[in-house]
Amino acid sequence: MKKPQGLGAFSPYRLWSLLPRFEVSYLPDLLMFASGLAIFYGLLVVGRSWFGPFTPQVEISRSPLALPVYAGYSLLRISVAYLLSLIFTLVYGYIAADNPRAEKFMVPLLDVLQSIPVLSFLPGVMLAMVALFPGRQLGVELGAILLIFTGQVWNMAFSFYASLKSIPREMRETARIYRFSWWLRFTEMELPFAAIGLVWNSMMSVAGGWFFLMACEMFVLGSRDFRLPGLGSYLQTAASEGDTRSILWGVATMIAVIVLLDQFVWRPVIAWAEKFKVEQVESTNVPRSWVLEMFEHSRALARIKSKAVRPLRERLLMYFSRRHFEAAVTDESKPWRLWAARIIALIALGLIAYAIARVAMILVGLQRPELQELGQGLVATFLRVTVALLIGAAWTIPAGVAIGFSPKLARIAQPLAQIAASVPATALFPVVLLLLIKIGGGLGLGSIVLLLLGTQWYILFNVIAGAMAIPTDLKECCSVFGIGGWERWKKLILPGIFPYLVTGMVTASGGAWNASIVAEYFHFKGQIYTTTGLGAIISKATDSGNFHELLAATILMAAAVVTVNRLLWRRMYRLAESRFRLET
Amino acid sequence: MNEAIIQARGVEKFYLQPEGNRIQVVAPTDLSIEPGKIIALLGPSGCGKSTLLRILSGLSRPSSGEVLWHSKPLDGQTPNVGIVFQSFALFPWLTVLENVEAPLEARGIAAVERRKRALKTLDTVGLDGFETAYPKELSGGMKQRVGFARALVVEPEVLFMDEPFSALDVLTAENLRNELLELWISKKMPTSAIFIVTHNIEEAVLLADRIIVLGRNPARIRSDFEVRLPHYRDRKDPRFAELVDYIYKVMTQPEVEHALPGTPAPLGLASRTRQKYQMLPHARVGGVAGLMELLQDRDGREDLSQLSENLGMDVEDLLPIVEASVLLGFATLTEGEVKITLEGIAFADADIQTRKVLFREAAVKHVMILQQIASILKAKTDHSIPEEFFHDILDEHFSQDEVQRQLETAMNWGRYAEIFDYDSETGRLILAEPSPEAQPATVAKP
Repeated sequence: MKKPQGLGAFSPYRLWSLLPRFEVSYLPDLLMFASGLAIFYGLLVVGRSWFGPFTPQVEISRSPLALPVYAGYSLLRISVAYLLSLIFTLVYGYIAADNPRAEKFMVPLLDVLQSIPVLSFLPGVMLAMVALFPGRQLGVELGAILLIFTGQVWNMAFSFYASLKSIPREMRETARIYRFSWWLRFTEMELPFAAIGLVWNSMMSVAGGWFFLMACEMFVLGSRDFRLPGLGSYLQTAASEGDTRSILWGVATMIAVIVLLDQFVWRPVIAWAEKFKVEQVESTNVPRSWVLEMFEHSRALARIKSKAVRPLRERLLMYFSRRHFEAAVTDESKPWRLWAARIIALIALGLIAYAIARVAMILVGLQRPELQELGQGLVATFLRVTVALLIGAAWTIPAGVAIGFSPKLARIAQPLAQIAASVPATALFPVVLLLLIKIGGGLGLGSIVLLLLGTQWYILFNVIAGAMAIPTDLKECCSVFGIGGWERWKKLILPGIFPYLVTGMVTASGGAWNASIVAEYFHFKGQIYTTTGLGAIISKATDSGNFHELLAATILMAAAVVTVNRLLWRRMYRLAESRFRLET
Repeated sequence: MNEAIIQARGVEKFYLQPEGNRIQVVAPTDLSIEPGKIIALLGPSGCGKSTLLRILSGLSRPSSGEVLWHSKPLDGQTPNVGIVFQSFALFPWLTVLENVEAPLEARGIAAVERRKRALKTLDTVGLDGFETAYPKELSGGMKQRVGFARALVVEPEVLFMDEPFSALDVLTAENLRNELLELWISKKMPTSAIFIVTHNIEEAVLLADRIIVLGRNPARIRSDFEVRLPHYRDRKDPRFAELVDYIYKVMTQPEVEHALPGTPAPLGLASRTRQKYQMLPHARVGGVAGLMELLQDRDGREDLSQLSENLGMDVEDLLPIVEASVLLGFATLTEGEVKITLEGIAFADADIQTRKVLFREAAVKHVMILQQIASILKAKTDHSIPEEFFHDILDEHFSQDEVQRQLETAMNWGRYAEIFDYDSETGRLILAEPSPEAQPATVAKP
């Protein structure tokens, strides 16, 4: 009998393949059939709940037995939000990359939208959705989903747009000279080219989705109390009761879900997306996934592919190609299109002007004490974010460089760090808060710990990547010339990781501002813990339904993020690009 | 003469700058592609020959003038052409077979027929057995075969090729060229004309029935002639060598009209001399120094084609170095022969520090942009000026990319000559104090 290969990665499929042939080929099908049934049942349950009447205050059970169902609900919310994000990404990114006129305002708009703290959308989105579906649970559900959507979508859209823009000119010209139809171009060139970037950004987005899920499954808005059954509300309920056991159950469930998601979704997708890598030679270290291998061996799937997917693809292809090919090459600027674009632009401008006017009116109405509070909050949160970033950089730089330089350490530390990073900070907040209260520290300093919890990982992973990218010959050069200690850090390591560090810090900075909304204001055991800060103002204004202040604080925070990005990080980027780039 | 498949009438390409300046990339050009011929478009890199190819193939619209496809305007028609790129431009996520099928998919040809035609074409270019391979599993030569198959599968009337052999090693390129010729001569390819863009003179003379030599800045036709040597051509044939020599002369001396071998009168178009901003050839100081030393070793003179052969350098890479030497007054170029001048001899013999001094003298004397920089820096009280300033000056004369390259070269020369220093932090040029002879050499970047 053949020895199983590659003992490093656990693969049930390889074990099965040692069994007699007959069983092997049906096992994947059986599993597929079972998961199909499970999905069907899940849809039924969800359908009953969503389209049922509105239950204003769902009782959140704290029994661990309720957790699988709650996890399922949360997962579904994230999945639907992700699906929406994907559709939005494809449409927005495509138009922005395809139409130079639209590109001019769509890309800066994306930049601004990205900096708006998502959580301050919460009241507006919720109220709108509830009003849209009065008396139905669907409204609140959609509100939560939309909120998660706003947290997921921007980086995906950016990545897709950037990928489309970087398609090599010759590849585009190939599509043009052979007159690829829109459909053929999209499915055979543009989508495959953008696939890898899209996959990685999808992973990041979904991980970020958990963060917002915790916040939007249960919250108070003025006099109204919104609750949705889910992991987030479970954790929040457990936390506000101070029930440590339930918190641990909840966190454990979450980690289990995240690990399962990694094994059953992301790993197969990454392994599958490998073929979209634009490379001249085959790489040796190809990611693999046993789930993907199983799919590829499933007979049922193969049948579906040959009987349904392929004929469908062929028909679509023929439909678009024949229509496109027969139409002669004509000038692209049809007059009606130009006019349509102008009218749309005019309407958009009008709406924007109207919104600005309304916002201005609200802002003018702000009183002096409110303005003072906002100013103080801005300074406090700014300091807190800065301190959190500095602490984060202080421990992650040495740790990340150590991991990046030592393959042995990396093998142990990287998977652990990945799991730790994938647990949303918002899920850990209650645990940390409990500890803080026991120690007796106030939230003023405590929230720094909370911010750190959410954002240090971005820096760590980037530093690891940067340390790994430092060429061996430079390291050897240092040892040959006896450059060691601080001198080595100054001459080699810090300049080497600088571009990566900047990337990590930018993401961490944006994330920290956003996290301040949940970190500076907390319901706990019937009490409210709060501290001075812009995030606290936003949370408090949400709680009390004070929309003037909410709006003002949100705009202020978005402006702060954009300003810091423009003044500091963009310059750093430019420096990293021009001076600290390792190139051959 | 047969009716032309594609005919360009007065096509030109230019970009309008925001300030109203006009950057001319391709001067008004008439050109036609007739059936039964391989036409080569020759010219130095960056001269706009690829732009011309894109205009003729319908990929790019001319700024003015028109392109006719079978005597009717190209706009509104569906020309049947194929294209092969230097970079192959294959889709890495598709197998060899799927790559070749893609143009047929675009034509709405049904699956069975598609497969049949793709397999047949793959067979023609010798890719039997590689149908299910992915491009990344193939060598460069094999990839370009896929490129050919993809172009030929649509049975194009005109096959366009943009430096198709330039990314391949010498042997592979030679092999593939011969196979292409074989397909062409034996009429195994369903193509009635080939239009190939190249910077390789020998390649053009080996393949083409007609050669068009393009001059640069802006691109315009310098010479357009038929090659009547029978295929397959022998590099050692004296007529072959004569043609190569002739093309060298045309390419290196735009001002003079040359007689095509075997014809009494010059064929090339008269070049209109126009006062223009001096364009720096993109050569490094080290290259110029190397050339001077080499010439010194060979009694001060050498044929350009000989130099190119001995150095194993493409004329494309060699020309800028020669042009730079001529510009600096270190050498002269007549009739394809490079001859070292007295200044050049002095430069070749000097040590590192003296070379800098000689280079500075030559640069300030002959190079316009460096003169400008030096005089402005001296005139200003703080002896420094932002780099953008020169960016703006050059903007009026060159395209965006060219401005970048011009500045890069000027920077390289100026810093070597210690005319100025460059502070990358502030992006400013600063007047340099030339280091005294006694001091050790400052960091020189040859």
